[in-house]
Amino acid sequence: MLCTHRLRAGVLAVSAVLALSSCGSDPSSGAERPESGSGAGTEFPVEVEAGNGTVTIPAEPVRIVSLSPTATESLFAVGAGDQVAAADDQSDYPEQAPVTDLSGYQPNLEAIIGYRPDLVVVSDDSPTDVSEGLEAAGVPVLAEPSAATFEEAYDQILDIGAATGHVEQAQDVVDGMRADIEELVASVPDGPELSVFHELGPDLFTASSDTFIGQVYAELGLVNVADAAAQAAGTEYPQLSAEYLISADPDLVILADGECCGVTPEVAAARPGWDVISAVRSGAVVVVDEDIASRWGPRIPLFVEAVVEAIRTASA
Amino acid sequence: MNGASSRVDATSPKATAVPTTQPDSGAPVASRGVPWRWMLAGFTVLIAAVLAGLALGPAGISPAAIGSDLLGRLPWLGLGTSMSQLDATVVWELRAPRVALGALVGAILAVAGGSYQAVFRNPLADPYLLGVAAGAGLGATAAIAYIGASTQWLPIAAFGGAVVAVIAAYALGRSVAGGRNTTSLILAGVAVAAFLSAVQTFVLQQNSESVRPVYAWLLGRLSTSGWSDVTLIAPYVIGSLIVLLAHRKVLDVLRVGDDEATSLGVSVTRVRLIVVAVATLGTAAAVSVSGLIGFVGVVIPHVVRLMAGANYRLVLPLSMLVGASFLCLADVLARTVLSPAELPIGVVTACVGAPFLAVVLRRVRGGDT
Repeated sequence: MLCTHRLRAGVLAVSAVLALSSCGSDPSSGAERPESGSGAGTEFPVEVEAGNGTVTIPAEPVRIVSLSPTATESLFAVGAGDQVAAADDQSDYPEQAPVTDLSGYQPNLEAIIGYRPDLVVVSDDSPTDVSEGLEAAGVPVLAEPSAATFEEAYDQILDIGAATGHVEQAQDVVDGMRADIEELVASVPDGPELSVFHELGPDLFTASSDTFIGQVYAELGLVNVADAAAQAAGTEYPQLSAEYLISADPDLVILADGECCGVTPEVAAARPGWDVISAVRSGAVVVVDEDIASRWGPRIPLFVEAVVEAIRTASA
Repeated sequence: MNGASSRVDATSPKATAVPTTQPDSGAPVASRGVPWRWMLAGFTVLIAAVLAGLALGPAGISPAAIGSDLLGRLPWLGLGTSMSQLDATVVWELRAPRVALGALVGAILAVAGGSYQAVFRNPLADPYLLGVAAGAGLGATAAIAYIGASTQWLPIAAFGGAVVAVIAAYALGRSVAGGRNTTSLILAGVAVAAFLSAVQTFVLQQNSESVRPVYAWLLGRLSTSGWSDVTLIAPYVIGSLIVLLAHRKVLDVLRVGDDEATSLGVSVTRVRLIVVAVATLGTAAAVSVSGLIGFVGVVIPHVVRLMAGANYRLVLPLSMLVGASFLCLADVLARTVLSPAELPIGVVTACVGAPFLAVVLRRVRGGDT
């Protein structure tokens, strides 16, 4: 009786888990938990394996500071939005995120502590001395560095779910992402192998297959024209020579510099020599949301969808 | 005259290493014959650099095909071309503008650097001395950060910032010493540059996302925007080059010192103002599209001096040729060393320029002993 009442009340899933387990009505509910050995997500303290090692969170955090836009998106996606006290100045999604002028690139330790956080989530852009300072002040720090693979991205969402007491919702988010991406990948039309150029800036900076973006393209069976340059330059984000790009003749061009630099398919097509590129001739030049294309959070399927759309255009 | 010229040499330690003494008299240099050999060598190197710039690049087009295409384009030979449309586009729409831009930027930076060194009688003067670079950087950054200007406005904003910075430095320097004291002008330039750089850093930090396009520009680049950049800056650069080269004899007189030059009938303040204004205009135009390419302005005139003597009648035109060649070749390295990735050209100019200067220094000193 108590159980059904709680479920109907639509309380957070964490309560539902508690209720279900205490009633014993569904013994399988706990079996899917990925971190069942680390406190089951609801019983604090929990231990989370994050980018900075094993992080112990003593109690359910209710004043989280997120210094990573990706982490902010994940926190809200797993249902921990109410527990977020402050998000950094780049956390522009979702709308209800409590954006502050805290900077994730140049964090100010005192300003962060001023929010009296009980958990701070950072990405690898944040300097380590800030993490050390926070830990010295007794604030647990969860580092979730940029993911290199889908699995790492999923794992980070599960970490954030575990750290905030939303294990099941995090699992639901990840399951949903997996299903969406599988469906999108399966919908890619058969045809010859296509090549892609991902533009990060008008000076032709790009991302190789070793990056998360590159993984998305690899998953979709695309050949990344940046890989030769990445190998030569020894960086995951090389700057391509304009003449190389034209002779590489990509079938898809994904522009991730529309907002920053005003690049549109028309602007790109008007560049010298670009009129002969296959992607320009077939119209497979698309602008993607810079945030969606640079974060490894719950909105990855939207990026995959935009790329699949471009593949359909190129194959048509 | 002799005493005066040896005092000039003392301010420029590298000049003392020059084995051949240049004529002190006002006799036309051309009549000695030697400078024309230097000019001929300079032109030959420049032509070689331009051809190398056209022939080498990551697209892997054979230089023979480019050569025959080049000949085929000469109207009076009447040869056809066998080059594919794609290859022709790569060579003539991508490489050729880079070569032209490299030559223009290298030429004006070297000549402006040499002119600054002459009017300030300071061997470390470079075209960025009076705040051109800092002003251009702040102009570009602020336009993008606060006005939300798109990248095609970046050159104009950079140009405006550069001109404002130099006017501020000049006004500040003159207000202190009435334009007679070059040290106060240089200090004013240093102060203005430091201030503007600090403001720029602040603006960059406040707008770390929106100013992303500025970073590539700060590293220096010979760009990907085809002929439009070349035609945009060519009038300013070529005009500045003509005016500066026309002043080469006056600059030579200025070497002896302000008082001596005045007694020889040169209006020192006026010459200094014209040369600084014109060199700044040309440098600002170059910087506005190519970003901050260091090293060329300060080192090329010294290399030329070490090889051919300290006479500005030869140093300026030869600096133009050597500067143009140097930047063309540096750009060849920038696009081939990590091919098909690009290396920022500012990295190449410093990495290649410093050893280049060292080799010239060693050779000249070695020949001296």
